[in-house]
Amino acid sequence: MHKRIYLDYNATTPLSEEVKHFYISELEKFGNASSLHEDGRLESKKIEKARVEFAELVNCSANEIIFTSGGSESNNTVFQTMISLSKKMQRNTIVISAIEHPCVIESAKELEREGFRLIEVAVNPDGRINMDEYQKALSENPLLVSIMAANNEIGTVQDIQVLADLAHQSGALFHSDAVQAVGKISVDLKAWNVDYATFSSHKIYGPKGIGALYVKEGRNIEPLIRGGHQEKGFRAGTYNAPAIAAFGLAASLAKKELSSYKSHTWKLREALREGFLEKIPNIHVNGHESEVLPNTLNVSFPGAEGEAILLHLDLLGISVSTGSACASGSLDPSHVLMATGLGPELAHGSIRFSFGKYSTMEEVDYILEKFPPVIDRLRKMSSIPM
Amino acid sequence: MQEWLYSEVVKEHFTDPKNVLMENEDQWPCDGRGIVGNIRCGDQMLILLRVKDDVISDVRWKTYGCASAIASTSILSEAIKGMHIEEAYKLKPQDIVAKLGGLPSNKVHCSVLGDKALRAAINDYLEKQGRASLEGKEEVTVICSCLNITDKDLEEAYKAGDRSWADLQARTKIGTVCGGCKEEAMEKMHEFDHLYGED
Repeated sequence: MHKRIYLDYNATTPLSEEVKHFYISELEKFGNASSLHEDGRLESKKIEKARVEFAELVNCSANEIIFTSGGSESNNTVFQTMISLSKKMQRNTIVISAIEHPCVIESAKELEREGFRLIEVAVNPDGRINMDEYQKALSENPLLVSIMAANNEIGTVQDIQVLADLAHQSGALFHSDAVQAVGKISVDLKAWNVDYATFSSHKIYGPKGIGALYVKEGRNIEPLIRGGHQEKGFRAGTYNAPAIAAFGLAASLAKKELSSYKSHTWKLREALREGFLEKIPNIHVNGHESEVLPNTLNVSFPGAEGEAILLHLDLLGISVSTGSACASGSLDPSHVLMATGLGPELAHGSIRFSFGKYSTMEEVDYILEKFPPVIDRLRKMSSIPM
Repeated sequence: MQEWLYSEVVKEHFTDPKNVLMENEDQWPCDGRGIVGNIRCGDQMLILLRVKDDVISDVRWKTYGCASAIASTSILSEAIKGMHIEEAYKLKPQDIVAKLGGLPSNKVHCSVLGDKALRAAINDYLEKQGRASLEGKEEVTVICSCLNITDKDLEEAYKAGDRSWADLQARTKIGTVCGGCKEEAMEKMHEFDHLYGED
């Protein structure tokens, strides 16, 4: 049997070999990083080293990084902070895009239930923010604008620098969920000039259960988890020092490998895209043509349903994901694809291929050999005429 | 593969579907044709029947949908060959689910549409013969046709304590696609009030 081909790196990544060995060795150590004795001090030192390593990857000061349990916690912390901030700022409008990650959408909706006004800005068919709608939303004097740097499903990359600048002109704070961007494209927080940003370790070949929140110097943040002095009181809870240290190593590798990562994954992504266009009639490539994560290819195959495609690929040993409702347990297909204006048939028939640093051209060749017959067969048995 | 999402029977019928029509519909002349489903929800099924002396002699089908939709139409097509149309008309989604060795509950309402397509095909056959349809002879009545939710499902929800439209939606997802069944569903609930109501 063929070795499994993993093309779902946007869902999660394996640990880098180097990170894995380091992480395992760190698990031998158990000191509480908050303790004053040597066992504790050694762990504390590793955390501060990791903080510097991560800050270097995203170009900010180490003291602007708070370690959290991951992207969801970082996002939730920013939105919860708005409750106390709205009184101080006398503003209560929150602006998000229509294609945010569910944890941003749900956090924003929770604020809406608390009495905030929520504005969801539409995106263009390529997934980029609709600037007319964005300007209109900003004219409502929002307290916070939250726009993801790159979309997890279609890979479209936003111009965060421009969006943050406009938000600041309206007097708003700006947050960006950069979980999918970091390690895949250049993330430069100084240039972006955002107030808050969210990151996760397991998308950059680091351990799961650890992430970071960037809070620009001087900006307010309220702890989501209280009762400890860790992270200057902004995030209570005993330090997960081995995971933080491994996250730091993953970050320094990501910085070192960024340019080779970009060219490697883009080459594979483009080979797969061109192969599909050549071998499979009537397909639809989703997302922006050039402003897109180098590793992400999202394609709709009208006439075939996503879950059925995914499970056929699964039986062939290939792991991908789909925007079909049937795969999520909900009744609606991907909110991201629907927001880009795709009809339900295209959204139900969408497959996301996300490459990683361990992907190979042999894997692309294997897919281009095995995959077109799957689509052909599903289309032939489909009740929807092509 | 060490683990599969559904039962082994589902896997078999998904990877090797029986009686599926790979050609265009006009390549297989039939006596009765039924099509149901909703593209918005992601599933659609077509059933074609050949009938001799009111007994189903052969069947072909086409399905747009997920693995369990494909498998459930396939297994239904095997089950109804040689069956009298009146018997076939009474097949319930639960019968198909049982043959498949079970399905996750969120899959049943949207992917097991085969029984409805089958009933449509039988009525089409009868209509072509100038005979009365079997409407009303089915074991259940579908209330929400987008998600294949029947009066039996509503009855169970009622007995579990649901009274309002919001209760029903929370439990069964009824009416969450087109919403056109609200009135009929609430009439049914009123009927259950009469049958089972405390006051």
